[in-house]
Amino acid sequence: MAKCTPGGISGYAGEEIALTGCLGQRHIGCAMKDGILHVEGTPGNAIAAYLDGGSIYVDGNVQDAAADTMNAGLLAVRGSAGDALAYGMRGGRVYVLGDVGYRAGVHMKAYGEHRGVLVVGGRTGSFLGEYLAGGIIIVLGLGHEGEDITGHFCGSGMYAGTIYLRTVRTVRNLSDKLVMRSVPASELDQVVRPVVEDFASVFSIPVDRCLEGGFIAIEADESKSYSQLYAAV
Amino acid sequence: MKKEGEVRISSGCAISGIFRRDGKRISGEAIRRSIAVMHDRSNGLGGGFAAYGIYPQYKDHFALHIFYDSQSAREETERFLECRFDIINLSKIPVRRTAAITDAPLIWRYFITPLPHMLQDSQLDEKEYTSRAMIGINGSIDGAYVVSCGKDMGVFKAVGYPEDVADFYRIEEYEGYSWTAHGRYPTNTPGWWAGAHPFSLLDLSVVHNGEISSYDANRRTVEMYGYTCSLLTDTEVITYMLDYLTRRQGLSLAECAEVVASPFWTTIAAMEDEQERRRLSYLRRMFSSFLITGPFSILVGFRGGMMALNDRLKLRGLVAAQKGDTFYFSSEEAAIRVVEKDPDRIWAPQGGQAVIVRLNEEAGA
Repeated sequence: MAKCTPGGISGYAGEEIALTGCLGQRHIGCAMKDGILHVEGTPGNAIAAYLDGGSIYVDGNVQDAAADTMNAGLLAVRGSAGDALAYGMRGGRVYVLGDVGYRAGVHMKAYGEHRGVLVVGGRTGSFLGEYLAGGIIIVLGLGHEGEDITGHFCGSGMYAGTIYLRTVRTVRNLSDKLVMRSVPASELDQVVRPVVEDFASVFSIPVDRCLEGGFIAIEADESKSYSQLYAAV
Repeated sequence: MKKEGEVRISSGCAISGIFRRDGKRISGEAIRRSIAVMHDRSNGLGGGFAAYGIYPQYKDHFALHIFYDSQSAREETERFLECRFDIINLSKIPVRRTAAITDAPLIWRYFITPLPHMLQDSQLDEKEYTSRAMIGINGSIDGAYVVSCGKDMGVFKAVGYPEDVADFYRIEEYEGYSWTAHGRYPTNTPGWWAGAHPFSLLDLSVVHNGEISSYDANRRTVEMYGYTCSLLTDTEVITYMLDYLTRRQGLSLAECAEVVASPFWTTIAAMEDEQERRRLSYLRRMFSSFLITGPFSILVGFRGGMMALNDRLKLRGLVAAQKGDTFYFSSEEAAIRVVEKDPDRIWAPQGGQAVIVRLNEEAGA
Protein backbone atom coordinates (compact mmCIF):
# COMPACT_ATOMS: atom_id res chain seq x y z
CA MET A 1 0.00 0.00 0.00
CA ALA A 2 1.28 3.46 -0.81
CA LYS A 3 1.64 5.87 2.08
CA CYS A 4 0.88 9.53 1.78
CA THR A 5 1.90 11.96 4.51
CA PRO A 6 2.21 15.74 4.51
CA GLY A 7 5.75 15.06 3.26
CA GLY A 8 4.68 13.29 0.05
CA ILE A 9 3.62 9.94 -1.38
CA SER A 10 5.83 6.87 -1.22
CA GLY A 11 5.37 3.39 -2.69
CA TYR A 12 2.41 4.26 -4.89
CA ALA A 13 1.04 1.06 -6.39
CA GLY A 14 -2.01 2.46 -8.09
CA GLU A 15 -4.93 1.00 -6.20
CA GLU A 16 -4.58 1.48 -2.47
CA ILE A 17 -3.31 4.56 -0.67
CA ALA A 18 -3.11 5.52 2.99
CA LEU A 19 -3.20 9.15 4.11
CA THR A 20 -1.89 9.73 7.61
CA GLY A 21 -1.74 12.79 9.81
CA CYS A 22 -4.67 14.53 8.16
CA LEU A 23 -5.56 17.84 9.76
CA GLY A 24 -8.28 19.80 8.08
CA GLN A 25 -7.28 19.25 4.44
CA ARG A 26 -10.42 19.63 2.35
CA HIS A 27 -11.88 17.60 -0.53
CA ILE A 28 -9.92 14.40 0.10
CA GLY A 29 -11.04 11.72 -2.35
CA CYS A 30 -13.19 14.20 -4.20
CA ALA A 31 -14.71 12.58 -7.32
CA MET A 32 -12.55 9.45 -6.88
CA LYS A 33 -13.67 6.74 -9.32
CA ASP A 34 -11.97 3.58 -8.03
CA GLY A 35 -9.31 2.27 -5.71
CA ILE A 36 -9.13 2.25 -1.93
CA LEU A 37 -8.18 5.18 0.26
CA HIS A 38 -7.39 4.84 3.97
CA VAL A 39 -7.48 8.08 5.92
CA GLU A 40 -6.13 8.62 9.43
CA GLY A 41 -6.50 11.83 11.42
CA THR A 42 -9.06 14.58 11.04
CA PRO A 43 -9.75 15.19 7.34
CA GLY A 44 -11.27 18.52 6.41
CA ASN A 45 -14.68 19.37 5.04
CA ALA A 46 -16.19 17.67 2.01
CA ILE A 47 -14.24 14.42 2.10
CA ALA A 48 -15.64 12.03 -0.55
CA ALA A 49 -17.56 14.82 -2.26
CA TYR A 50 -18.82 13.66 -5.66
CA LEU A 51 -17.40 10.20 -4.92
CA ASP A 52 -17.93 8.14 -8.06
CA GLY A 53 -16.62 4.75 -6.98
CA GLY A 54 -14.01 3.00 -4.88
CA SER A 55 -13.85 3.03 -1.11
CA ILE A 56 -12.69 5.52 1.49
CA TYR A 57 -12.08 4.30 5.02
CA VAL A 58 -11.58 6.92 7.73
CA ASP A 59 -10.05 6.04 11.06
CA GLY A 60 -11.25 9.10 12.95
CA ASN A 61 -13.96 11.72 12.67
CA VAL A 62 -14.99 13.51 9.51
CA GLN A 63 -16.05 17.16 9.48
CA ASP A 64 -18.95 18.85 7.70
CA ALA A 65 -20.25 18.09 4.20
CA ALA A 66 -18.73 14.61 3.85
CA ALA A 67 -20.02 12.65 0.83
CA ASP A 68 -21.62 15.73 -0.68
CA THR A 69 -23.45 14.81 -3.90
CA MET A 70 -21.89 11.35 -3.86
CA ASN A 71 -22.69 9.11 -6.81
CA ALA A 72 -21.26 5.70 -6.00
CA GLY A 73 -18.73 3.88 -3.85
CA LEU A 74 -18.29 3.63 -0.09
CA LEU A 75 -17.38 6.09 2.64
CA ALA A 76 -16.87 4.26 5.95
CA VAL A 77 -16.10 6.35 9.03
CA ARG A 78 -14.92 4.66 12.19
CA GLY A 79 -15.77 7.76 14.20
CA SER A 80 -18.34 10.54 14.00
CA ALA A 81 -19.39 12.93 11.25
CA GLY A 82 -20.21 16.63 11.24
CA ASP A 83 -23.20 18.41 9.73
CA ALA A 84 -24.77 17.97 6.30
CA LEU A 85 -23.42 14.47 5.78
CA ALA A 86 -24.36 12.96 2.39
CA TYR A 87 -25.99 16.16 1.17
CA GLY A 88 -27.71 15.40 -2.14
CA MET A 89 -26.22 11.89 -2.22
CA ARG A 90 -27.46 10.02 -5.28
CA GLY A 91 -25.92 6.59 -4.90
CA GLY A 92 -23.39 4.48 -3.02
CA ARG A 93 -23.01 3.79 0.69
CA VAL A 94 -22.09 6.03 3.61
CA TYR A 95 -21.48 4.23 6.88
CA VAL A 96 -20.67 6.09 10.10
CA LEU A 97 -20.03 4.04 13.20
CA GLY A 98 -20.52 6.92 15.65
CA ASP A 99 -22.83 9.94 15.78
CA VAL A 100 -23.59 12.41 13.02
CA GLY A 101 -24.50 16.09 13.16
CA TYR A 102 -27.42 18.09 11.84
CA ARG A 103 -29.02 17.49 8.44
CA ALA A 104 -27.56 14.08 7.73
CA GLY A 105 -28.94 12.85 4.44
CA VAL A 106 -30.36 16.24 3.48
CA HIS A 107 -31.94 15.97 0.05
CA MET A 108 -30.65 12.48 -0.69
CA LYS A 109 -32.30 11.24 -3.82
CA ALA A 110 -32.78 8.23 -6.09
CA TYR A 111 -33.05 7.76 -9.82
CA GLY A 112 -33.46 4.54 -11.78
CA GLU A 113 -31.25 1.93 -10.16
CA HIS A 114 -29.29 4.52 -8.19
CA ARG A 115 -30.22 4.86 -4.55
CA GLY A 116 -28.10 6.28 -1.76
CA VAL A 117 -27.77 4.34 1.48
CA LEU A 118 -26.76 6.05 4.73
CA VAL A 119 -26.28 4.07 7.94
CA VAL A 120 -25.50 5.74 11.27
CA GLY A 121 -24.30 3.56 14.12
CA GLY A 122 -24.93 6.16 16.83
CA ARG A 123 -27.34 9.09 17.03
CA THR A 124 -28.13 11.99 14.74
CA GLY A 125 -28.66 15.70 15.20
CA SER A 126 -31.83 17.51 14.17
CA PHE A 127 -33.26 17.65 10.65
CA LEU A 128 -32.24 14.12 9.76
CA GLY A 129 -33.29 13.42 6.17
CA GLU A 130 -34.45 16.99 5.56
CA TYR A 131 -36.03 17.27 2.09
CA LEU A 132 -35.32 13.57 1.57
CA ALA A 133 -36.20 12.71 -2.02
CA GLY A 134 -35.05 9.11 -2.22
CA GLY A 135 -32.76 6.43 -0.83
CA ILE A 136 -32.75 5.00 2.66
CA ILE A 137 -31.35 6.16 5.98
CA ILE A 138 -30.89 3.74 8.85
CA VAL A 139 -30.08 4.94 12.37
CA LEU A 140 -29.08 2.22 14.83
CA GLY A 141 -28.52 4.22 18.04
CA LEU A 142 -25.95 1.72 19.29
CA GLY A 143 -25.16 2.45 22.92
CA HIS A 144 -28.14 4.77 23.21
CA GLU A 145 -30.90 2.23 23.74
CA GLY A 146 -33.87 3.78 25.51
CA GLU A 147 -32.83 7.31 24.51
CA ASP A 148 -33.84 9.60 21.67
CA ILE A 149 -31.62 8.73 18.72
CA THR A 150 -32.57 11.65 16.49
CA GLY A 151 -32.90 15.36 17.19
CA HIS A 152 -35.84 17.58 16.37
CA PHE A 153 -37.71 17.82 13.05
CA CYS A 154 -36.71 14.47 11.63
CA GLY A 155 -37.71 14.25 7.97
CA SER A 156 -38.75 17.90 7.61
CA GLY A 157 -39.84 18.46 4.04
CA MET A 158 -39.15 14.88 2.94
CA TYR A 159 -41.26 13.62 0.10
CA ALA A 160 -39.74 10.24 -0.83
CA GLY A 161 -37.32 7.66 0.52
CA THR A 162 -37.45 5.99 3.93
CA ILE A 163 -35.88 6.63 7.31
CA TYR A 164 -35.49 3.55 9.51
CA LEU A 165 -34.84 4.08 13.21
CA ARG A 166 -33.92 1.29 15.63
CA THR A 167 -36.14 2.58 18.40
CA VAL A 168 -39.60 2.23 19.82
CA ARG A 169 -39.73 5.80 21.08
CA THR A 170 -41.79 8.58 19.59
CA VAL A 171 -39.83 10.95 17.36
CA ARG A 172 -39.79 14.56 18.54
CA ASN A 173 -41.44 17.29 16.47
CA LEU A 174 -42.40 14.95 13.66
CA SER A 175 -44.39 16.79 11.03
CA ASP A 176 -47.98 15.71 10.63
CA LYS A 177 -47.24 15.49 6.93
CA LEU A 178 -45.18 12.36 7.61
CA VAL A 179 -46.24 8.88 8.64
CA MET A 180 -44.47 6.73 11.19
CA ARG A 181 -45.00 2.96 11.28
CA SER A 182 -43.51 -0.16 12.78
CA VAL A 183 -41.35 -2.14 10.37
CA PRO A 184 -42.74 -5.63 9.69
CA ALA A 185 -40.43 -8.64 9.79
CA SER A 186 -40.60 -9.16 6.04
CA GLU A 187 -39.43 -5.61 5.32
CA LEU A 188 -36.78 -5.88 7.99
CA ASP A 189 -35.36 -9.02 6.34
CA GLN A 190 -35.60 -7.79 2.78
CA VAL A 191 -34.56 -4.16 3.13
CA VAL A 192 -32.86 -3.44 6.45
CA ARG A 193 -30.99 -6.64 7.27
CA PRO A 194 -28.83 -6.83 4.11
CA VAL A 195 -27.67 -3.25 4.57
CA VAL A 196 -26.99 -3.64 8.29
CA GLU A 197 -25.09 -6.88 7.67
CA ASP A 198 -22.86 -5.04 5.23
CA PHE A 199 -22.42 -2.18 7.74
CA ALA A 200 -21.50 -4.61 10.53
CA SER A 201 -19.09 -6.40 8.23
CA VAL A 202 -17.26 -3.19 7.31
CA PHE A 203 -16.70 -2.31 10.97
CA SER A 204 -16.35 -5.90 12.22
CA ILE A 205 -19.11 -5.58 14.80
CA PRO A 206 -21.80 -8.17 15.68
CA VAL A 207 -24.75 -7.83 13.35
CA ASP A 208 -27.25 -9.24 15.83
CA ARG A 209 -26.66 -6.31 18.16
CA CYS A 210 -27.43 -3.92 15.33
CA LEU A 211 -30.78 -5.54 14.72
CA GLU A 212 -31.94 -6.05 18.32
CA GLY A 213 -35.31 -4.56 19.21
CA GLY A 214 -37.85 -3.00 16.92
CA PHE A 215 -37.49 -0.59 14.03
CA ILE A 216 -39.80 2.20 13.01
CA ALA A 217 -39.98 3.72 9.55
CA ILE A 218 -40.75 7.32 8.62
CA GLU A 219 -42.04 8.21 5.19
CA ALA A 220 -43.89 11.01 3.49
CA ASP A 221 -47.65 10.88 3.71
CA GLU A 222 -48.57 10.75 0.06
CA SER A 223 -52.08 11.89 0.80
CA LYS A 224 -50.88 15.34 1.84
CA SER A 225 -49.47 18.00 -0.38
CA TYR A 226 -45.77 18.81 -0.37
CA SER A 227 -46.43 22.50 -0.29
CA GLN A 228 -47.27 22.49 3.41
CA LEU A 229 -44.65 20.02 4.59
CA TYR A 230 -42.36 22.60 6.07
CA ALA A 231 -45.08 24.54 7.84
CA ALA A 232 -44.59 22.66 11.10
CA VAL A 233 -41.23 24.34 11.71
CA MET B 1 -9.12 52.84 5.32
CA LYS B 2 -11.28 51.23 2.69
CA LYS B 3 -14.85 50.90 3.85
CA GLU B 4 -17.50 48.35 3.08
CA GLY B 5 -20.02 48.24 0.28
CA GLU B 6 -18.00 47.71 -2.88
CA VAL B 7 -17.95 43.97 -3.59
CA ARG B 8 -19.86 40.84 -2.64
CA ILE B 9 -18.16 37.54 -2.00
CA SER B 10 -19.73 34.20 -1.13
CA SER B 11 -19.72 32.79 2.38
CA GLY B 12 -17.03 31.48 4.71
CA CYS B 13 -15.55 32.60 8.04
CA ALA B 14 -13.83 30.70 10.82
CA ILE B 15 -13.95 31.06 14.59
CA SER B 16 -11.86 29.55 17.31
CA GLY B 17 -11.60 29.91 21.07
CA ILE B 18 -9.39 28.63 23.88
CA PHE B 19 -10.35 29.09 27.51
CA ARG B 20 -8.38 28.10 30.62
CA ARG B 21 -10.78 27.45 33.48
CA ASP B 22 -7.94 27.50 35.99
CA GLY B 23 -7.03 31.04 34.95
CA LYS B 24 -3.57 30.06 33.75
CA ARG B 25 -2.44 32.56 31.15
CA ILE B 26 -1.25 31.13 27.85
CA SER B 27 0.51 32.75 24.94
CA GLY B 28 -1.38 33.77 21.82
CA GLU B 29 0.69 31.32 19.83
CA ALA B 30 -1.85 28.50 20.37
CA ILE B 31 -4.85 30.44 19.09
CA ARG B 32 -2.80 31.54 16.10
CA ARG B 33 -2.07 27.92 15.18
CA SER B 34 -5.71 26.98 15.67
CA ILE B 35 -7.20 29.64 13.42
CA ALA B 36 -4.48 29.15 10.80
CA VAL B 37 -5.65 25.59 10.13
CA MET B 38 -8.88 27.05 8.77
CA HIS B 39 -7.08 29.39 6.37
CA ASP B 40 -9.40 28.33 3.51
CA ARG B 41 -12.44 29.61 5.37
CA SER B 42 -11.10 33.17 5.13
CA ASN B 43 -10.23 35.28 2.11
CA GLY B 44 -7.81 37.77 3.59
CA LEU B 45 -10.38 40.49 4.19
CA GLY B 46 -10.33 40.31 7.96
CA GLY B 47 -8.81 38.55 10.93
CA GLY B 48 -8.69 39.25 14.61
CA PHE B 49 -8.27 38.16 18.18
CA ALA B 50 -9.74 38.97 21.58
CA ALA B 51 -7.73 38.17 24.67
CA TYR B 52 -8.61 38.31 28.37
CA GLY B 53 -6.16 38.54 31.24
CA ILE B 54 -3.51 40.27 29.14
CA TYR B 55 -3.19 43.47 31.16
CA PRO B 56 -2.95 42.35 34.79
CA GLN B 57 -0.92 45.41 35.73
CA TYR B 58 -3.82 47.63 34.62
CA LYS B 59 -6.71 45.28 35.40
CA ASP B 60 -8.76 47.94 37.21
CA HIS B 61 -8.63 50.38 34.30
CA PHE B 62 -10.50 50.38 31.02
CA ALA B 63 -8.12 49.41 28.22
CA LEU B 64 -8.93 51.21 24.98
CA HIS B 65 -7.70 49.99 21.61
CA ILE B 66 -8.43 52.66 19.02
CA PHE B 67 -7.87 52.94 15.25
CA TYR B 68 -7.30 56.40 13.79
CA ASP B 69 -7.42 57.46 10.17
CA SER B 70 -5.35 60.56 10.92
CA GLN B 71 -3.40 62.47 13.54
CA SER B 72 -6.20 64.99 13.77
CA ALA B 73 -8.65 62.21 14.65
CA ARG B 74 -6.26 61.10 17.38
CA GLU B 75 -5.89 64.61 18.75
CA GLU B 76 -9.62 65.18 18.78
CA THR B 77 -10.22 61.85 20.50
CA GLU B 78 -7.58 62.48 23.13
CA ARG B 79 -9.14 65.89 23.87
CA PHE B 80 -12.49 64.10 24.22
CA LEU B 81 -10.99 61.54 26.58
CA GLU B 82 -9.08 64.04 28.71
CA CYS B 83 -12.32 65.86 29.54
CA ARG B 84 -13.94 62.68 30.81
CA PHE B 85 -11.24 60.25 31.93
CA ASP B 86 -7.97 60.08 33.76
CA ILE B 87 -5.53 58.65 31.22
CA ILE B 88 -3.18 56.43 33.18
CA ASN B 89 -1.06 55.32 30.25
CA LEU B 90 -1.09 55.70 26.49
CA SER B 91 1.08 54.25 23.74
CA LYS B 92 1.09 52.93 20.23
CA ILE B 93 0.24 49.24 20.12
CA PRO B 94 3.46 47.46 19.11
CA VAL B 95 3.22 45.90 15.66
CA ARG B 96 5.51 43.93 13.41
CA ARG B 97 5.42 45.35 9.92
CA THR B 98 4.70 42.57 7.42
CA ALA B 99 4.05 42.57 3.70
CA ALA B 100 0.76 40.75 4.27
CA ILE B 101 -0.82 43.58 6.28
CA THR B 102 -1.13 46.89 4.51
CA ASP B 103 -2.93 50.20 4.89
CA ALA B 104 -2.70 50.09 8.66
CA PRO B 105 -4.34 52.95 10.52
CA LEU B 106 -2.75 54.55 13.56
CA ILE B 107 -3.30 52.04 16.37
CA TRP B 108 -3.21 53.32 19.93
CA ARG B 109 -3.85 51.91 23.38
CA TYR B 110 -4.99 53.81 26.47
CA PHE B 111 -5.60 52.77 30.04
CA ILE B 112 -8.21 55.06 31.53
CA THR B 113 -10.54 55.53 34.44
CA PRO B 114 -13.49 57.95 34.62
CA LEU B 115 -12.79 61.32 36.23
CA PRO B 116 -14.53 61.01 39.62
CA HIS B 117 -16.38 64.32 39.50
CA MET B 118 -17.55 63.73 35.92
CA LEU B 119 -18.74 60.27 36.81
CA GLN B 120 -20.58 61.60 39.84
CA ASP B 121 -22.20 64.40 37.87
CA SER B 122 -23.33 61.94 35.20
CA GLN B 123 -25.25 59.87 37.77
CA LEU B 124 -24.23 56.80 35.81
CA ASP B 125 -22.22 53.78 36.84
CA GLU B 126 -18.73 53.61 35.36
CA LYS B 127 -19.65 51.01 32.75
CA GLU B 128 -22.57 52.99 31.39
CA TYR B 129 -20.51 56.18 31.54
CA THR B 130 -17.67 54.56 29.63
CA SER B 131 -19.82 52.78 27.06
CA ARG B 132 -21.65 56.02 26.23
CA ALA B 133 -18.32 57.76 25.74
CA MET B 134 -17.01 55.02 23.45
CA ILE B 135 -20.19 54.92 21.36
CA GLY B 136 -19.90 58.69 21.24
CA ILE B 137 -16.37 58.52 19.82
CA ASN B 138 -17.36 56.00 17.15
CA GLY B 139 -20.40 58.00 16.18
CA SER B 140 -19.12 61.56 16.33
CA ILE B 141 -15.36 61.72 15.72
CA ASP B 142 -14.59 61.24 12.07
CA GLY B 143 -11.82 58.69 11.55
CA ALA B 144 -11.73 57.34 15.13
CA TYR B 145 -12.86 53.79 15.90
CA VAL B 146 -12.80 52.28 19.38
CA VAL B 147 -12.30 48.57 18.80
CA SER B 148 -12.24 47.50 22.43
CA CYS B 149 -12.72 49.16 25.80
CA GLY B 150 -12.96 46.46 28.46
CA LYS B 151 -10.84 45.84 31.52
CA ASP B 152 -7.88 43.47 31.36
CA MET B 153 -8.76 42.56 27.77
CA GLY B 154 -8.17 43.77 24.26
CA VAL B 155 -9.07 43.24 20.62
CA PHE B 156 -6.44 42.99 17.89
CA LYS B 157 -7.83 43.00 14.36
CA ALA B 158 -6.97 44.00 10.83
CA VAL B 159 -7.60 43.34 7.16
CA GLY B 160 -5.68 40.19 6.33
CA TYR B 161 -5.61 36.48 7.04
CA PRO B 162 -5.81 35.82 10.79
CA GLU B 163 -2.36 34.25 11.02
CA ASP B 164 -0.90 37.34 9.35
CA VAL B 165 -2.87 39.55 11.71
CA ALA B 166 -1.38 37.57 14.62
CA ASP B 167 2.12 38.19 13.31
CA PHE B 168 1.37 41.85 12.75
CA TYR B 169 0.24 42.38 16.35
CA ARG B 170 2.98 40.10 17.79
CA ILE B 171 0.15 38.15 19.37
CA GLU B 172 2.52 35.48 20.68
CA GLU B 173 3.93 38.06 23.11
CA TYR B 174 0.61 38.39 24.97
CA GLU B 175 -0.59 35.96 27.61
CA GLY B 176 -4.24 35.50 28.55
CA TYR B 177 -6.57 32.90 30.07
CA SER B 178 -9.11 33.32 27.29
CA TRP B 179 -8.62 33.78 23.56
CA THR B 180 -10.99 34.01 20.64
CA ALA B 181 -10.07 34.34 16.99
CA HIS B 182 -11.77 35.04 13.71
CA GLY B 183 -10.94 34.54 10.06
CA ARG B 184 -13.20 36.57 7.85
CA TYR B 185 -14.82 35.84 4.51
CA PRO B 186 -17.23 38.76 4.12
CA THR B 187 -20.50 38.07 2.38
CA ASN B 188 -22.40 41.30 1.98
CA THR B 189 -19.92 43.63 3.62
CA PRO B 190 -16.35 43.82 2.27
CA GLY B 191 -13.48 44.02 4.67
CA TRP B 192 -12.17 47.10 6.38
CA TRP B 193 -10.11 47.39 9.52
CA ALA B 194 -12.78 48.32 12.02
CA GLY B 195 -15.19 45.87 10.39
CA ALA B 196 -13.01 42.88 11.18
CA HIS B 197 -13.98 40.70 14.13
CA PRO B 198 -14.03 40.57 17.14
CA PHE B 199 -16.54 43.29 17.93
CA SER B 200 -16.39 44.50 21.48
CA LEU B 201 -18.05 46.77 24.01
CA LEU B 202 -16.79 46.95 27.57
CA ASP B 203 -15.87 43.40 28.61
CA LEU B 204 -17.90 41.67 25.89
CA SER B 205 -16.44 40.56 22.59
CA VAL B 206 -18.03 38.58 19.78
CA VAL B 207 -16.65 36.59 16.86
CA HIS B 208 -19.20 35.34 14.39
CA ASN B 209 -19.45 32.95 11.48
CA GLY B 210 -22.65 33.50 9.54
CA GLU B 211 -25.01 36.19 8.43
CA ILE B 212 -27.78 37.86 10.37
CA SER B 213 -30.98 38.03 8.35
CA SER B 214 -32.62 40.00 11.14
CA TYR B 215 -29.87 42.64 11.26
CA ASP B 216 -32.04 45.64 10.50
CA ALA B 217 -34.73 44.64 12.99
CA ASN B 218 -32.08 44.02 15.65
CA ARG B 219 -30.27 47.27 14.82
CA ARG B 220 -33.44 49.35 15.08
CA THR B 221 -34.13 47.77 18.44
CA VAL B 222 -30.74 48.49 20.03
CA GLU B 223 -30.68 51.99 18.59
CA MET B 224 -33.82 52.68 20.62
CA TYR B 225 -31.69 52.10 23.70
CA GLY B 226 -28.85 54.45 22.82
CA TYR B 227 -26.54 52.23 20.82
CA THR B 228 -25.26 53.31 17.42
CA CYS B 229 -24.21 50.76 14.83
CA SER B 230 -21.35 52.55 13.14
CA LEU B 231 -19.00 49.78 12.05
CA LEU B 232 -21.07 48.65 9.04
CA THR B 233 -21.08 44.95 9.81
CA ASP B 234 -23.91 42.78 11.12
CA THR B 235 -21.93 41.23 13.97
CA GLU B 236 -21.63 44.59 15.69
CA VAL B 237 -25.29 44.46 16.62
CA ILE B 238 -24.89 41.13 18.45
CA THR B 239 -22.39 42.76 20.79
CA TYR B 240 -24.79 45.58 21.64
CA MET B 241 -27.73 43.19 22.05
CA LEU B 242 -25.81 41.07 24.52
CA ASP B 243 -24.59 44.16 26.38
CA TYR B 244 -28.15 45.44 26.66
CA LEU B 245 -29.59 42.12 27.77
CA THR B 246 -26.91 41.33 30.33
CA ARG B 247 -25.85 44.70 31.73
CA ARG B 248 -29.07 46.67 31.42
CA GLN B 249 -31.72 43.98 31.68
CA GLY B 250 -29.84 41.71 34.05
CA LEU B 251 -30.30 38.53 32.06
CA SER B 252 -27.81 35.73 32.45
CA LEU B 253 -25.90 34.65 29.37
CA ALA B 254 -27.86 31.40 29.34
CA GLU B 255 -31.07 33.45 29.18
CA CYS B 256 -29.54 35.64 26.47
CA ALA B 257 -28.98 32.51 24.42
CA GLU B 258 -32.63 31.58 24.90
CA VAL B 259 -33.59 35.03 23.61
CA VAL B 260 -31.33 35.35 20.58
CA ALA B 261 -31.64 31.68 19.58
CA SER B 262 -34.97 30.91 21.16
CA PRO B 263 -36.63 27.52 20.69
CA PHE B 264 -39.40 27.27 18.12
CA TRP B 265 -42.92 27.78 19.40
CA THR B 266 -43.65 24.16 18.48
CA THR B 267 -40.71 23.03 20.60
CA ILE B 268 -41.85 25.13 23.53
CA ALA B 269 -45.42 23.88 23.19
CA ALA B 270 -44.23 20.27 23.31
CA MET B 271 -42.39 20.74 26.63
CA GLU B 272 -43.80 18.77 29.54
CA ASP B 273 -42.52 21.14 32.24
CA GLU B 274 -45.12 23.91 32.44
CA GLN B 275 -42.86 26.28 34.36
CA GLU B 276 -40.17 25.94 31.72
CA ARG B 277 -42.75 26.42 28.98
CA ARG B 278 -43.93 29.65 30.61
CA ARG B 279 -40.40 30.90 31.19
CA LEU B 280 -39.34 30.39 27.59
CA SER B 281 -42.60 31.86 26.30
CA TYR B 282 -42.00 34.94 28.46
CA LEU B 283 -38.48 35.42 27.10
CA ARG B 284 -39.68 35.07 23.49
CA ARG B 285 -42.49 37.57 23.97
CA MET B 286 -40.62 40.04 26.16
CA PHE B 287 -37.55 40.25 23.92
CA SER B 288 -38.99 39.30 20.54
CA SER B 289 -36.98 41.96 18.71
CA PHE B 290 -33.78 40.41 19.99
CA LEU B 291 -34.31 37.12 18.15
CA ILE B 292 -31.50 36.58 15.66
CA THR B 293 -32.50 34.82 12.48
CA GLY B 294 -30.13 33.52 9.87
CA PRO B 295 -27.10 31.30 10.24
CA PHE B 296 -24.64 31.95 13.02
CA SER B 297 -22.11 30.37 15.27
CA ILE B 298 -20.62 32.81 17.75
CA LEU B 299 -18.09 32.90 20.53
CA VAL B 300 -18.73 35.49 23.18
CA GLY B 301 -15.82 36.45 25.35
CA PHE B 302 -16.50 38.10 28.69
CA ARG B 303 -14.49 38.75 31.79
CA GLY B 304 -14.01 35.39 33.45
CA GLY B 305 -15.72 33.27 30.82
CA MET B 306 -16.68 32.34 27.30
CA MET B 307 -19.94 31.33 25.62
CA ALA B 308 -20.34 29.33 22.40
CA LEU B 309 -23.69 29.43 20.64
CA ASN B 310 -25.16 28.19 17.37
CA ASP B 311 -28.33 29.40 15.72
CA ARG B 312 -31.26 27.15 16.55
CA LEU B 313 -31.18 25.50 13.14
CA LYS B 314 -27.42 24.95 13.39
CA LEU B 315 -26.64 26.37 9.99
CA ARG B 316 -22.95 26.88 10.79
CA GLY B 317 -20.36 24.48 12.14
CA LEU B 318 -19.35 24.51 15.79
CA VAL B 319 -17.26 21.95 17.66
CA ALA B 320 -16.34 21.95 21.34
CA ALA B 321 -13.72 20.02 23.27
CA GLN B 322 -12.25 19.75 26.75
CA LYS B 323 -8.89 18.66 28.01
CA GLY B 324 -8.56 19.03 31.75
CA ASP B 325 -9.14 22.68 32.61
CA THR B 326 -8.92 23.86 29.01
CA PHE B 327 -11.91 24.27 26.73
CA TYR B 328 -11.74 24.62 22.98
CA PHE B 329 -14.34 25.84 20.48
CA SER B 330 -13.98 26.02 16.74
CA SER B 331 -15.71 25.94 13.40
CA GLU B 332 -13.85 22.72 12.61
CA GLU B 333 -12.51 19.85 14.67
CA ALA B 334 -9.12 20.06 12.97
CA ALA B 335 -8.56 23.51 14.49
CA ILE B 336 -8.84 21.93 17.93
CA ARG B 337 -6.77 18.84 17.15
CA VAL B 338 -3.88 20.99 15.96
CA VAL B 339 -3.43 22.40 19.47
CA GLU B 340 -4.81 19.47 21.47
CA LYS B 341 -4.39 16.15 19.73
CA ASP B 342 -6.10 14.06 22.38
CA PRO B 343 -8.95 15.89 24.12
CA ASP B 344 -10.83 14.23 26.98
CA ARG B 345 -14.07 14.81 25.09
CA ILE B 346 -15.12 16.42 21.87
CA TRP B 347 -18.68 17.21 20.84
CA ALA B 348 -20.90 19.29 18.60
CA PRO B 349 -23.19 21.58 20.63
CA GLN B 350 -26.85 21.47 19.65
CA GLY B 351 -28.41 24.38 17.82
CA GLY B 352 -29.56 27.08 20.23
CA GLN B 353 -27.97 25.43 23.25
CA ALA B 354 -25.24 27.60 24.72
CA VAL B 355 -22.03 26.17 26.13
CA ILE B 356 -20.81 28.54 28.85
CA VAL B 357 -17.49 28.09 30.60
CA ARG B 358 -16.20 30.20 33.48
CA LEU B 359 -13.10 30.52 35.59
CA ASN B 360 -12.94 28.34 38.67
CA GLU B 361 -13.72 30.22 41.86
CA GLU B 362 -10.12 30.15 42.98
CA ALA B 363 -8.95 31.50 39.62
CA GLY B 364 -11.03 34.67 39.89
CA ALA B 365 -11.23 37.18 37.07
